Amino acid sequence: MNEEKFKFRSRMRALTDSSVTALSILATVLVVAPLVAIFVYLVYKGASSLNLDFFTQIPKPVGEAGGGMANAIWGSALLLALASIIGVPVGIGGGIFLAEYGRGTKLANAVRFTADVLNGVPSIVMGVAVYALIVKPHIPFLPFTGHFSGFSGGVALGIMMIPTVCRTTEEMLLMVPHAVREAALGLGVPNWRSVLSITVKTASPGIITGCMLAFARVAGETAPLIFTALGNSFWSSNLNQPIAALPLQIYVYALSPYDDWHRLAWAGALVLIVLIVLAVSLVRYVTSRGVLKGAS
Amino acid sequence: MGVGIEVTNLNAWYGTNHTLQDINLNIPANHATALIGPSGCGKSTFVRCLNRMHETNPIARVTGTVRIGDLDIYVDAKPVEIRRRVGMVFQRPNPFPTMSIYDNVASGLKLNGYSNRRGLDEIVEKSLKNSALWDEVKDDLRKKSGASLSGGQQQRLCIARALAVDPEVLLMDEPASALDPVSTSKIEDLIFQLKSQYTIVIVTHNMQQAARVAEKTGFFLNGRMVEFDSTHKIFTNPSDKRTEDYITGRFG
Repeated sequence: MNEEKFKFRSRMRALTDSSVTALSILATVLVVAPLVAIFVYLVYKGASSLNLDFFTQIPKPVGEAGGGMANAIWGSALLLALASIIGVPVGIGGGIFLAEYGRGTKLANAVRFTADVLNGVPSIVMGVAVYALIVKPHIPFLPFTGHFSGFSGGVALGIMMIPTVCRTTEEMLLMVPHAVREAALGLGVPNWRSVLSITVKTASPGIITGCMLAFARVAGETAPLIFTALGNSFWSSNLNQPIAALPLQIYVYALSPYDDWHRLAWAGALVLIVLIVLAVSLVRYVTSRGVLKGAS
Repeated sequence: MGVGIEVTNLNAWYGTNHTLQDINLNIPANHATALIGPSGCGKSTFVRCLNRMHETNPIARVTGTVRIGDLDIYVDAKPVEIRRRVGMVFQRPNPFPTMSIYDNVASGLKLNGYSNRRGLDEIVEKSLKNSALWDEVKDDLRKKSGASLSGGQQQRLCIARALAVDPEVLLMDEPASALDPVSTSKIEDLIFQLKSQYTIVIVTHNMQQAARVAEKTGFFLNGRMVEFDSTHKIFTNPSDKRTEDYITGRFG
């Protein structure tokens, strides 16, 4: 009797085990499938239009065949660099404040709430806000204001990066064990030094992941750039002038009535995704090189 | 060289919880002093008051006088200066996970602005030799993370890290309670060697350990120090009935 009961139970357990495993595999497939589908479709539609010209030429006027998106790739790189310069330090600084200095204070709660709301603001609203703040009004003696510019585009993207970076930094810092902080304080290390050199350093893999997430998210943003960077059909590195960006160029080409522009838009989308993946992988590779054997 | 510690009317609180009540105690220089007592009796709080770690908890409060050598630590100096002179080893080994073995040992000096390379090399070697870890790690000093060592090695690494800043007093809060017997005996041997150079205060739950390493022993109960005497006297002929009950295992 007992033995039968035991056999029945272990069969039930095996059944539960395999069904949960099957469910989680199914969930994984459901998550990964759209990603793979998008990528395969992009390669299918866009790869044929990719050639050296795409990376070296600027757009040709309507009616002329060929041309590329070199200026848009370069413009996107500049915009994202500016966005990161604004978004990463402010976001990390805010995260450090939330986790280390402001814990439990009203100010910290207000900052956290603001960051969460900012994270939910639609990107087009961000574009309009930056338009109203620095594109439309010309502020005397302040460069970059009063007209469409790469600078205002970078600002819009940078502000969009802040909440993600800030909240991930906070979460990652809170995960650093209390024992590690105590170890630093016990050595007579001043608190600020312990925060910067020990806590932030211990949490840095997670913080870097947060920055990369924010970066990848804004890299594909089109809406905030419509009101700010505007786009540009020519070579420009001048952040005081309208500047081209890959998502903008894709948007314009995709809405155009010309078949070869459609093909270029597909190619642009493929290039955008590949470049984002490359940038994220590069940062991961560079930052993981210093990691020691056995470090968690 | 170690210095003596003189504690007068020490009281400590966590919020409204009065965890230490009127502690008076003289800890001799260059000896090991053990603190025993049941869990929650205040012995950990007591050692944390000796390097002002107690006050890192925002709800903690402390009154009374602690003199370490000629320094009144709650009056004459900032907490960070005290903690450089009074090293601490915690219950669970807590090496910095992102740092190499070398950097872990050098961390106390580096983070306080000391950057003489050759000086650091010498101090790291000396500290690791002092903590009996040198032979096991000398080939991987910069290659391996401190977190990759075994638990016992990690604890000796933490001792080396504490020694590297050249403290006068070494506080050990149950340093071997998370370790296996072999590692424990290594730590005890170490305490035995180190006490010629440092004043050592060790909190322990293990009474045999107190008997083995310490000349003096204090018994804590419910936030008060019941008895403080030579280890031999505490374990063979305690003056207080409660001490006797505790060491014979009648409670706690």
